[in-house]
Amino acid sequence: MAEVQIKPLTLNFGPQHPAAHGVLRLVLEMDGEVIERADPHIGLLHRGTEKLIEYKTYLQAVPYFDRLDYVAPMNQEHAFALAVERLLGIEVPIRGQYIRVLYCEIGRILNHLLNITTFAIDVGAMTPILWGFEEREKLMEFYERACGARLHAAYFRPGGVHQDLPAGLLEDIATFCETFPQVIDDIEGLLTENRIFRQRTVDIGTVSREEAEDWGFSGVMMRGSGVGWDLRKSQPYDCYADLEFDIPVGKNGDCYDRYLCRMEEMRQSLRIMQQCIEKMPEGPVQVADQKITPPKRGEMKRSMEALIHHFKLYTEGYHVPPGDTYAAVEAPKGEFGVYLVADGSNRPYRCKIRAPGFMHLAAMDFMCKGHMLADSVAILGSMDIVFGEVDR
Amino acid sequence: MTEALQDLGDYLSAALAEDLLDRDIGHGQLNLHIKRDSLLKVLTLLRDDQNCQFKQLIDLTAVDRPEQAERMELVYNLLSLKLNQRIRVKLSTDERSPVASAAGVFSAAIWLEREAWDMFGVFFSGHPDLRRILTDYGFEGHPLRKDFPLTGFKEVRYDQEQKRVVYEPVKLPQEFRHFDFLSPWEGMLRLPGDEKAEAEKGEEGGA
Repeated sequence: MAEVQIKPLTLNFGPQHPAAHGVLRLVLEMDGEVIERADPHIGLLHRGTEKLIEYKTYLQAVPYFDRLDYVAPMNQEHAFALAVERLLGIEVPIRGQYIRVLYCEIGRILNHLLNITTFAIDVGAMTPILWGFEEREKLMEFYERACGARLHAAYFRPGGVHQDLPAGLLEDIATFCETFPQVIDDIEGLLTENRIFRQRTVDIGTVSREEAEDWGFSGVMMRGSGVGWDLRKSQPYDCYADLEFDIPVGKNGDCYDRYLCRMEEMRQSLRIMQQCIEKMPEGPVQVADQKITPPKRGEMKRSMEALIHHFKLYTEGYHVPPGDTYAAVEAPKGEFGVYLVADGSNRPYRCKIRAPGFMHLAAMDFMCKGHMLADSVAILGSMDIVFGEVDR
Repeated sequence: MTEALQDLGDYLSAALAEDLLDRDIGHGQLNLHIKRDSLLKVLTLLRDDQNCQFKQLIDLTAVDRPEQAERMELVYNLLSLKLNQRIRVKLSTDERSPVASAAGVFSAAIWLEREAWDMFGVFFSGHPDLRRILTDYGFEGHPLRKDFPLTGFKEVRYDQEQKRVVYEPVKLPQEFRHFDFLSPWEGMLRLPGDEKAEAEKGEEGGA
């Protein structure tokens, strides 16, 4: 019998599919059950954040960063705040830095809890998401108590954080730090040695060190492939240099290793949070320069100058000297960077957002090639994609 | 940190003498301004040279400056894990002149260049798959250019009668309000009437 060439089947995955983690439209060319080519169509959630930021003052630009990666909002604000602070040449007071780091680590746990549990649901485990979301709710309560919002915080602002922590919050976070390891153990007990989970993830979507570098990977995607690279350690910002923590590194660069890295990172985040609570210094939480940060409410009732400062700050904003800079933070998903160009006015001239998920999704084709259709879901889950930041 | 950057800058100036237009260190970060045609040579050297090893293309973006002759400034942001350093490579181009695609040097450039093409209309020659990436299917224009209005040109809605999504020109009930906060005491460098004084001075000088 003569061999016949069968036309590859084109399969449309998403944009409305629960395993697409949002609005990914993935056009797959299949040879039977094997993926020959994966072409992600993104941009269904494109909101033109970068364009909008060009029309807002520096302070008004902050809330847009919450809406990028809405799973860990404060980590994004951190990058923007660092970029503006570098252009302004100001240094945040030490208490402000500790609060920021504390909340960044809360954000990391928020993110990893969501990612690990939804990843588990993608490959067939239902229970972790129920346990994980209970803990996420507790963490979002800490967000709410600090800034008034569960998700869209607008808490890290250029010059510090918006307000000091309320009384009793640190004690409650400390209590959480003691109880949370039990939850991690429980989730790990369900997944780590689970036969089905391992069959679905071990040796799936393997990335070597060279490939990870070539595709611009960062964060867990990089560390899972055995590269000990973490911006908190290698290019420390705020008070990370004073804190002790370890960087978990994978061995094989497959989906399973990335899962293990995230698990260990949550434990390390708890360590950082405990140190922050222990060392939390007293003092102001934002810079004293009233041209950049608002005056105290009480002061405004008495001082004419404070009132003028307040009015100027919330209408005109502050002017940032001309220049450009790139500030990056180790967001839970990888390196989140902001390339900020200032022209001396009160609005950014250009603000490019470097989203880690964008670079990871770009490698979808190379990671899926030759895998089964069901593996594409596992790969996507282990990449940790959130469309808010991919589409911007 | 700055010293290491200075050394790196000196080394690159020597290695890339004829490709480099300028270099500077701003806010503790090294910028290289290069000629457009030598992009691939510079990127390959930065990636492969033993003293550089900038193996990661972290970011690629453009900055639109319509008042300049070559309005698009492309910015390549590289990271070296070995040196723990960042470097920015900048070059300028206009709407028509293509830039060589870096997709052969860094795979990460494939999507980043698609984004730059989509948002700014910078054309990359030799790119394997230069489609739009973030905007809608069939979108026209390049939204991040400074002459593209914030509100765009088209809006979409679902039409009950036609049972499909229809595209219409943007209709705003209220004009987009764009405040100019520059106060005349701080922002204006030339006040009305200045030109008379300057003209008088010029005449005096001429006479």
